Amino acid sequence: MTHLELPSYLDQSPEVRDRFERLKQRPVILEVDALGKTFDSPQGPITALKNINFKTHRREFVCVIGPSGCGKSTLIRILAGLEEQTSGEVLLDGKSVHGPGPDRGMVFQGYTLFPWLTVKKNVMFGLERSGKDRNTAEEEARSWIDLVGLSKFENSYPHQLSGGMKQRVAIARALANQPRILLMDEPFGALDAQTRARMQSYLLDIWRNIDVTILFITHDLDEAVYLADRILVLKAHPGEVQELIEVPVPHPRSPDQFLSPEFLATKARLEELIHPPQEEEVGLSEEHLNMVRMVPLDDEVSDVF
Amino acid sequence: MASGWFAVRKELDSRSRLFLGVLSFLIPILLWCLVSYSPYVWHPKMAITEPGGVSYFKPGMQVDRTVFERESEKAQAAGKPLPEGEPANPVYLPAPHEVAAAFYTAFTTEPQRRNEKWLHESLWQSIQVIFWGFFLSSLVGVPLGILAGTYDLASRLSEPFIEFFRYLPAPAFGALAVAILGIHEAPKIAIIFIGTFFQQVLVISNTTRKLDPSLLEAAMTLGAKRLSLLFRVVIPGIVTDLYKDMRILLGWAWTYLIVAELIGTSSGITWFITQQARYKNFENVYAAIIMIGIIGLSTDLILAWLGRRLFPWQRVAKA
Repeated sequence: MTHLELPSYLDQSPEVRDRFERLKQRPVILEVDALGKTFDSPQGPITALKNINFKTHRREFVCVIGPSGCGKSTLIRILAGLEEQTSGEVLLDGKSVHGPGPDRGMVFQGYTLFPWLTVKKNVMFGLERSGKDRNTAEEEARSWIDLVGLSKFENSYPHQLSGGMKQRVAIARALANQPRILLMDEPFGALDAQTRARMQSYLLDIWRNIDVTILFITHDLDEAVYLADRILVLKAHPGEVQELIEVPVPHPRSPDQFLSPEFLATKARLEELIHPPQEEEVGLSEEHLNMVRMVPLDDEVSDVF
Repeated sequence: MASGWFAVRKELDSRSRLFLGVLSFLIPILLWCLVSYSPYVWHPKMAITEPGGVSYFKPGMQVDRTVFERESEKAQAAGKPLPEGEPANPVYLPAPHEVAAAFYTAFTTEPQRRNEKWLHESLWQSIQVIFWGFFLSSLVGVPLGILAGTYDLASRLSEPFIEFFRYLPAPAFGALAVAILGIHEAPKIAIIFIGTFFQQVLVISNTTRKLDPSLLEAAMTLGAKRLSLLFRVVIPGIVTDLYKDMRILLGWAWTYLIVAELIGTSSGITWFITQQARYKNFENVYAAIIMIGIIGLSTDLILAWLGRRLFPWQRVAKA
């Protein structure tokens, strides 16, 4: 394999640098301040998250990435109010938040549409909870469903939809409440590669056109670089912020950029942070299994090459 | 279908399923016919047609085969005419056609005494007892079960006692129920209630706990709170499973019916069964027992059909 000479992921073109300057001037939507979480376990307390600090600006797209066990799901569940932190604070528009609320929308990895409601009723759920009357709620729900391109399915039940369609409804349902921030916990993790790619560009379209700030958890490096303005890289045991990367890939994004030098440089950096060179595991040499040849030399197909 | 009838955990096609369903009824009926109509299978008795020289034999009388053979030998030795008879099953095993006829005649036969009830009246009485017992139990049991499955407070406060109480057999409360509620319908309804209620609360609270917690979490991030969580998420979320539970519980309620109807003044289908057994009209007894089965099964089938109408979001229901 030839090694390409990549630029540093820290190099930004003047346009990109300018955009980040302006982005940081925008009002802060979400501020996480010295956040920590410890769980009690039979083996004693386990620190899942330790001293997490970051800010998200208005209409910013932040991805959170990290090795398994780094507490990224715990982090987003605390932000959504589904779990309580043990220390530190979560501030939304400068105000401390506790418990779940419609100001922080959430899209889960598993399909969480209400199976007993049609697509339209699912999207109306949050609108009705906020006290809107039926007609207004219905009208607004229709326009959100239209936005994710599922008008034809507004009277279908979730079990009649494909995985990608379900997640589009889940996104519409969360957006209908017009949350200050949309939290997404590996929302495309269960989808096949093609559907996932399509969902990513839908999401970028939505984000470009709607006043919404997105915090997106993923373990897919390409997805993180493709979607994010900035990437929050966590490390495991305990979950701590390792680096906050400003993605140097210019906007608007398109799949053509997957092989651009900036993209590859950023991905290489993430690779380095998340999969550091392995220490030798017991019984295994670094890259290969301990295999011996188990096919006879005179076999009809004695070699796969 | 490659592996055909014995594919592991694969559903058969609908024609095979129907065929097997019919067969599941036909096999026991065919066995019954075999025992009834083939004189070489079982038939431990002899029905006397001609007493011959045996003084105590009468036409129509049933005696054991061994007795018949002994008496024949004695008659032969004494030079008297031989008794004649044909193999028969005991009176308590009537043949299918007799029971089938009883199905019709049981409804058309006038009661023996004036204050006695017709069969359809007895059946109706039984259905009412079941209905009220089950209805009253559900009235309290369903809400309590849902609350116990939703709030730990309700669960801790009710379930330990219910776990204890459900081990007490409902019929044990018979005497008590009569002492408190009199001898007519009320104590019977109470027995059905006791037999159903405690199981019901536990079954329903378990069903409620099985609701996917991520649906509750999703609802909370959409702004649902306390009561709307209960009424908009928990209840609609479990209603299909709840409905299935109720169908099973209704079946349990039927199993308490016979005991319940023996308490106080015997009534309903049980009264009919004991009365007919006393007159040795066993074909009527079988007809009545089979009727209970038919009523039970057809109620369940109707409820299943109704369920598919009521809950259109269910995947194609598997019976």
